[in-house]
Amino acid sequence: MSNTTITPQAAPNRRNTELMMLGFAVLVPMLAYANVGLAGDGSLPMGSLIKYGFGLGVFAGIAHLLVRKFAPYADPLLLPLATFLNGMGLMFINRLDLDIVKGIGLGGRHGTAAAGSQLMYSAIGIGLFVGIVVLLKDHRLLQRYTYTFMALALVLLVSPIPFPGDMYGAKIWIRLGPFNFQPGEFTKIVLTIFFAGYLMAKRDALALASRKVMGLYFPRGRDMGPIVVVWLLSILILVFERDLGTSLLFFGLFVVMLYVATERTSWLLFGLFMAIGGAVVVGTLEPHVHDRVAAWLDPLAAYNGSGSVQSEQLAQALFGYGTGGLLGTGLNQGHPTEIGFAARSDFILTTVGEELGLAGMMAIFMVYALLIERGLRTSLAARDPFGKLLAAGLSVTIALQVFVVAGGVTGLIPLTGMTMPFLAQGGSSVITNWALVAILIRISDTARRPAPPAGTFDPGAQVAPRRGSHASGRDGTPAGGTTPPQPSATPADGSSAPDPEALTVAGGVPSAPGGPPPGGSGTPPRPFVPPPNPGGGAPFGPPGQGGSGGPNP
Amino acid sequence: MSELTLTVMRLGFLAVLWLFVIVAVQVIRSDLFGTRVTQRPTRRRTAAPAAAGGGATPPPQAQPAPPPQRQQARPRRGQRNNSPSKLVITEGSLTGTTINLTDQQITIGRAHDSTIVLDDDYASSRHARIYPAPDGSWVVEDLGSTNGTYLDRTRLTGPTPVPLGAPIRIGKTVIELRR
Repeated sequence: MSNTTITPQAAPNRRNTELMMLGFAVLVPMLAYANVGLAGDGSLPMGSLIKYGFGLGVFAGIAHLLVRKFAPYADPLLLPLATFLNGMGLMFINRLDLDIVKGIGLGGRHGTAAAGSQLMYSAIGIGLFVGIVVLLKDHRLLQRYTYTFMALALVLLVSPIPFPGDMYGAKIWIRLGPFNFQPGEFTKIVLTIFFAGYLMAKRDALALASRKVMGLYFPRGRDMGPIVVVWLLSILILVFERDLGTSLLFFGLFVVMLYVATERTSWLLFGLFMAIGGAVVVGTLEPHVHDRVAAWLDPLAAYNGSGSVQSEQLAQALFGYGTGGLLGTGLNQGHPTEIGFAARSDFILTTVGEELGLAGMMAIFMVYALLIERGLRTSLAARDPFGKLLAAGLSVTIALQVFVVAGGVTGLIPLTGMTMPFLAQGGSSVITNWALVAILIRISDTARRPAPPAGTFDPGAQVAPRRGSHASGRDGTPAGGTTPPQPSATPADGSSAPDPEALTVAGGVPSAPGGPPPGGSGTPPRPFVPPPNPGGGAPFGPPGQGGSGGPNP
Repeated sequence: MSELTLTVMRLGFLAVLWLFVIVAVQVIRSDLFGTRVTQRPTRRRTAAPAAAGGGATPPPQAQPAPPPQRQQARPRRGQRNNSPSKLVITEGSLTGTTINLTDQQITIGRAHDSTIVLDDDYASSRHARIYPAPDGSWVVEDLGSTNGTYLDRTRLTGPTPVPLGAPIRIGKTVIELRR
């Protein structure tokens, strides 16, 4: 009967699907380069086609090969979708470079091309992606450093404060010589890991100890501590770094992760009210944030100078969408550089909206939605709570960021200084997002990996060191049986904390105790089939007490 | 470049863009429609279609052809009429899940490594187990759960043989053994 077990060869690793999608994802931007060139000077831009289109394809291909080797069961769409967005971003930056170098729309000022450095940052990002996929064998390793990550996140968060604010208003950059980087981008991963680890440990207290008022569960006062701290922190970011986006992202991330961990809707309501309250207060007091709110409320007044602020960005963006209409003006046939300096970074969506129209913009949003959906799907499929929370948090990060940026440049919410993941120009952003996708790939590989094959199943390896320590007192009762005590029968203490040490054995699959048995039924140590308790009527005792003890493996 | 060429290029690129989205959605379809869990002829955990359903489920279903499961009549037990061959969840969030009984025990609880992972506030992490006795019958045993395991209406105090069709109640979940 051992023919019913699963062998890893037959399991689906959908790497060929991934390769196919990856090819498609590289092809679409290349088509766009051709489109840009033909619409411009009527010739194929072989230089940028090969350098940016094909170049990114080569990097992504290398990433694919390493995923094939090191994360064979990972989700087949994450890498192609990320590559697609990155490729489209490079394409748009390259297209904007054409105008910016010529000084079109910038009032005669000539900018420098940015696509080259963006390609370099993409390569670094893919390198980091590969490094994480290869070196991070199990995402649960991150759980061990929960509070280290917290400290790191705090350092990263406050680090831009001593640096002078830049001409764009927000203080979210660190300048070291020729390099600028945005620590807020890196912080989002670090903070997500901390939240996941923290909520893993605390979620029972947050979920269960609550009072019910008017059909909603309200947490106890002392359990409110963490959310208040994070709220204060995000308010402080808003005040000191004047960055609404980062503030919104971190607070929203925490609230959503609280909700995911506890299933209590009241957290979402709380979070919403706290966020709105905080934003309103800071928005009225802080001049920079106040300006942005004013420009959001009446973009045309800000455009023609009749309002209290002078900023034509948002109005130009809206003009762009209007010009694009449903199907767009066509690549390289719009005037997206009218936006000004931020056309390649914050406002890159405006170019999409103008040149590809609503149809193209919706396609881009769909790709983001698919990327986020794959992340949430990974979270559902993950078998350990930490992985679930981490995957959910990372996908929510992307979702919130897309919402904050897209909402900002379309006039739905006040404008913030965040970048569209993968699409916009920005080294920190693209590197961070590749790292984020790498962690998702790692989690999804663990989640979708089938249980180890029968032959390699080693019952001894399943005994968790930590479990063993508190179960050995009971299980170690000497008795004559040959069956070792059942390792999975720890007391029902309500805690489902996984132990990383135990779970990394046997291929990192946590399901092993319920998993497939040794192939033949003749293998002597069959720990999961203890004989029935001979003292049939006795109340349940620990397994192993009723004559089935034996050496503790 | 003529106006016509440019228009064709513009619309063609939008079409390709959406084709990419549609193909990506097609890849996802396998996850949406490929998670039938019942009657899987493997010994793996068949449970938790909701929890672990996503990626892991389509494969096992795909490779061993359905016929073998008809011959689930095991030489040891299956031929005897009164021995159960499958476990069916009849109530609770996992309703409809079927697990073929092999000679492995089935653990039930909220712990994520249980055979049947319950998402139920009234279940303990390691709530109960059901295992085969040497004579071919199946025995249910409460593992010290908080709220208890009920066979029909009686709370279990020790390992108890399970008759065919008798409901085993754990929290909101009801499990039956069937032939």
